[in-house]
Amino acid sequence: MFAYAVRRLLQFIPTILAISLIIFILLNVLPGNAALMSRGEQDTGTLTTEDIEEMKRDWGLDKPLWYRYAVYLKGLVTGDLGKSFLRREPVNQLLKERIWPTLKLAMTAMLIAICLGVPLGFYSALRQGRIADTITMIGAVSGVSMPQFWLGLLLMYFVSVKFQLLPPQGYGEGSIKHIVLPAFTLGIGYVGLLARTTRAAVVEILSLDYIRTARAKGLSELLINQKHVMRNALILILTTAGLQFGDLMAQTVIVEKLFSWPGLGSLLVDSIFQRDIPVTQGCILVIISTFLLVNLIVDLLYGVIDPRIRASYK
Amino acid sequence: MKKWMIILAALFLTGFLLSGSAYAVRKGGTLNFMAPYGGDLSTLDLTKTSRYQDYLVGMNIHRGLYRWDAQNSVPVLDLPESLEISADKKTYTFKLRPNITFHNGRQLVTDDVIWSFTRIATMKPSAPAFRYINMIEGAKDLHEGKISTFTGMKKIDDLTFQIVLTAPIDLSYSLWFPAVVIYPKEEVERLGDAFGTNPVGCGPFKFVKWVKGSEVILEKFDNFYMEGMPYLDKVTYKIMGEAAARDLAFKARELDATIVGAVNYPEYKADPVISKNMIEVAEMFTRLVGMNPDFKPFADKRVRQAINYAIPSDLIIEKILKGKAFPARGYLPSSSPAFDPDGKKYEFNPEKAKALMKEAGYENGFVVERAIGTANKSWGTGIYEAMMPYLKKIGIELKIQQMEGAAMDARIRSSDFDMFIWSLDSGPDSLETMSRWKSDVDVGSGNYVKFKNAEFDKLLDQAAVAETDAEKNELVKKADAIFTEEAPVWFFNYNKAIMAFHPWVHNLSKVAPEMMFQDLTAVWVDETSPRANEK
Repeated sequence: MFAYAVRRLLQFIPTILAISLIIFILLNVLPGNAALMSRGEQDTGTLTTEDIEEMKRDWGLDKPLWYRYAVYLKGLVTGDLGKSFLRREPVNQLLKERIWPTLKLAMTAMLIAICLGVPLGFYSALRQGRIADTITMIGAVSGVSMPQFWLGLLLMYFVSVKFQLLPPQGYGEGSIKHIVLPAFTLGIGYVGLLARTTRAAVVEILSLDYIRTARAKGLSELLINQKHVMRNALILILTTAGLQFGDLMAQTVIVEKLFSWPGLGSLLVDSIFQRDIPVTQGCILVIISTFLLVNLIVDLLYGVIDPRIRASYK
Repeated sequence: MKKWMIILAALFLTGFLLSGSAYAVRKGGTLNFMAPYGGDLSTLDLTKTSRYQDYLVGMNIHRGLYRWDAQNSVPVLDLPESLEISADKKTYTFKLRPNITFHNGRQLVTDDVIWSFTRIATMKPSAPAFRYINMIEGAKDLHEGKISTFTGMKKIDDLTFQIVLTAPIDLSYSLWFPAVVIYPKEEVERLGDAFGTNPVGCGPFKFVKWVKGSEVILEKFDNFYMEGMPYLDKVTYKIMGEAAARDLAFKARELDATIVGAVNYPEYKADPVISKNMIEVAEMFTRLVGMNPDFKPFADKRVRQAINYAIPSDLIIEKILKGKAFPARGYLPSSSPAFDPDGKKYEFNPEKAKALMKEAGYENGFVVERAIGTANKSWGTGIYEAMMPYLKKIGIELKIQQMEGAAMDARIRSSDFDMFIWSLDSGPDSLETMSRWKSDVDVGSGNYVKFKNAEFDKLLDQAAVAETDAEKNELVKKADAIFTEEAPVWFFNYNKAIMAFHPWVHNLSKVAPEMMFQDLTAVWVDETSPRANEK
C-alpha cells in the first residue's frame, strides 16, 4: 500500500504541472488590466497611461508570457508562489491564513452530509416504495437542487433575524455558533446527494444473492445490515463523499462570500475580480491539490474496507 | 410660595438639561460597522492602495494634514493646528498640534510628515498616493530617482514645516484624501510589508485584529489629540460585500448601520423606524453613458443631444432605481461647489430628439454594435434595456455586451466600445474632476469619450490660476455648461448614497465624496444598543 501511495503521489507532479500551465495561460489571457487592478483602481481618471505602463514594469507584466511562466515555475519548484499584486504579501502567507477556515467549513459540511445523508439513505432503502422512502427522496432531491445562495439567505432570515438564535455572519474565532449556518448551507445539498447514493447502493446490495444466503442462514436483519449491507455500500458512499469533498471545497466560494467566512473561497473570488494573478493561481493550486489528496486517501481507504482492493495494490 | 415654585422649576430645568447633556453623548460601547465594497481589504497601509474598501477602515486608524468636514463639505486642517499660505499660493507653512501621539506612544513631529511624504514619492512599485503629492516641488524628480531629498518639503522646527508647490493650487483637496497619511517611520521600517496588516497610526482608533475576509477590529486610542474622543470603545468593521446578507445582518441587529441599495430603498423608506434613521447625500459619482466619437454617428453633436432628449432619465430613476439617485444636470453633481442648479437639463423630448436625428442625417437610425456595461443594477446593462424602447423610437438599436468590471475597464481604456455605461468619480475638487475631459488627457488616463474643446480647456486653465475658490468654481461651472451642451455622454444621475442605522447610533455624517468615509471619532451609541457595554 505504501508503494502504491508513493506512486500516486508522484503522479501528482505532472498533473499539477499541467494544471498550473492551463491556469497560468487562462489567467493571463483574461480581459482586464492586472497592473491597473493591482492598485485597486476602478476609475479615478487620475492615472495616466505612463503610470499604468510603469506598474506593468513593476510587476513584470511587460515580459513575454513564456518568461513569466518560467519564473512562476521556478518559484513553484522552490515552494514560492510569488507575491500578491494587490496585497503585496507572499501568496504562501495568504494561503496559510485561509486554508484552515475553508477546511474546517468543508469538513463540517461533509460531516453534516454524512451524518444526515447516509442514515436517511439507508432508512429510505429499507423502506423502499413506502411513504417514508418517497418523502425522504423528495427531501433529498430538494436538497440537491436548492441554490446555496438562496438557502443561505433563507437560513439567515429564519435563524438569525426571526428567531435570533445564531449570528448571521462572521467567523468569530471559528466558534460552533458561527460555523453552523454556513456549514448547513454548504452541506445540505450533499445530504441529498449522499442519501440518494446510499439508497441506490443499499437497494442494489439488498437484492444480491449473498444477502439472501445470509437471511437463509437465519442471521438477524440488524446483523445483515451491519456486516453485509453497510460494509459493501460503504465503497460507493466513500467514493461519492471523496469526490464530493473536492467539489465542496470549490463550493465554499459562494458560502464564504455570503457569510463573510475568511477562507480560501472568498480569497479566490476576490483575487479573480481583482486580477491578482499570483493569488488566484495559488488558490486554485491548493484546491486542486486538496482534491487530489482526498482522492488518494479515499483510494487508500478502499483497501482498508475491501480486502479484494487491498490485494490489487501489490 | 411663588419663589419656591420658581426655584423648583429652575432646579427641574437644570436637572433636565444636565441629564439631557449626559444623554447627548454617551461614551463606551461597540459599533458594528461594515466594509461593503466588494471583497476583503487589501491593505491598511493606505499609501499603497486606492481601494475605498481600505480607506474607509484605515481613515479611522491614520490621520493626515487635512480631513473632510462632512458638515460643510470642505477639507479642513487635521494634524496641523495652523496654516499660512504665501501670497503666490505656492508656499504652505503648517504648524503641527503639539499633542499628537502615535499609537506606539511617540509624539508626531515634522520629521514624520517629511518622511511619510518622501516614502510616498520614492516607493517601488510606485504608490497610488503619489498622485496626491506630485504637485510638490521636487516630487517628480524624487519619484524618478533624480534627487534624494524632497526639495519642496522644508523643516523649520519640530512642529513647523513648509510645503512648496510647483503651481498655485489648493493643496487641501489633494491632502484630505485618506491615502495621504502620516506614519511613524520606526514602525514602518520594523514591520516592512507587514505594516499593511499591523498598522500603527495616530488616528482615533488603534488596530487590534484583522480576520482576513471577515472583519477588522479597532479599539479606542486614549491619547487621541481630540480631548475626550473618540466616544466608542471599539469598532468592528464587518467585511460584507453581499447586499442581501448585509440587509439581513442589519435586521438581525448584527450591524448597527448599513449602506442601502436600490433594491431595499423602498422597503427601508416605508419602515416607520428605519425611515427616521436614514441619511442621504448626493454622492460625488456621476452615472452616464459615454459615447465614442470614433463611431461615426457619435461624432455628431446632434446625435448625442438627440440621445439625451430621447430618454426619460427621471422615469428610469423612479422606476428602476426606485428613486435612489438624483437626476443629472451636467457632469458635476449637486453636492459639488461648482454645480449649477439652473444649468441646462436635457428634459425628455422625443420630438426634439427625432428632429435632431433628422437634421444630422440619421433619420433612419443606426445600430450600436458595442454597447458595453456590467451587471450593476444602478448603472449596468439593465439600464440599457430600459433605454432601448425609447432609443428605438428615434431609430437607434443597441447590441448589449455585458462583462465584469475589470474586463470593461480594459475595454474602455483601449477605446474598444461604441457606448459604455459606468459610474465616474466626480468630486470633490471641481477643477480636478472636470480636468479629466481636457483635450490633452488621453483615453487611458480618463478622457474616455475623447472630448476636445478649446473653450472648455481655456476655462479650466483660467480656473487653475483663479484667485479665489468662488472664481474657480464659477469658471468650472461654465466649463461644465460647455460639456453639457456638447453632450459627449448621456447624463443619467448622481448617486444618492443612503445609510440606514439603528436608533441607538448617533452622529453618522453625510459624506458627499463617499458616504462610507465615516470619521467615527464623534460617533456614539446609546444604552439601547445591544453592544452598549461591549468592550
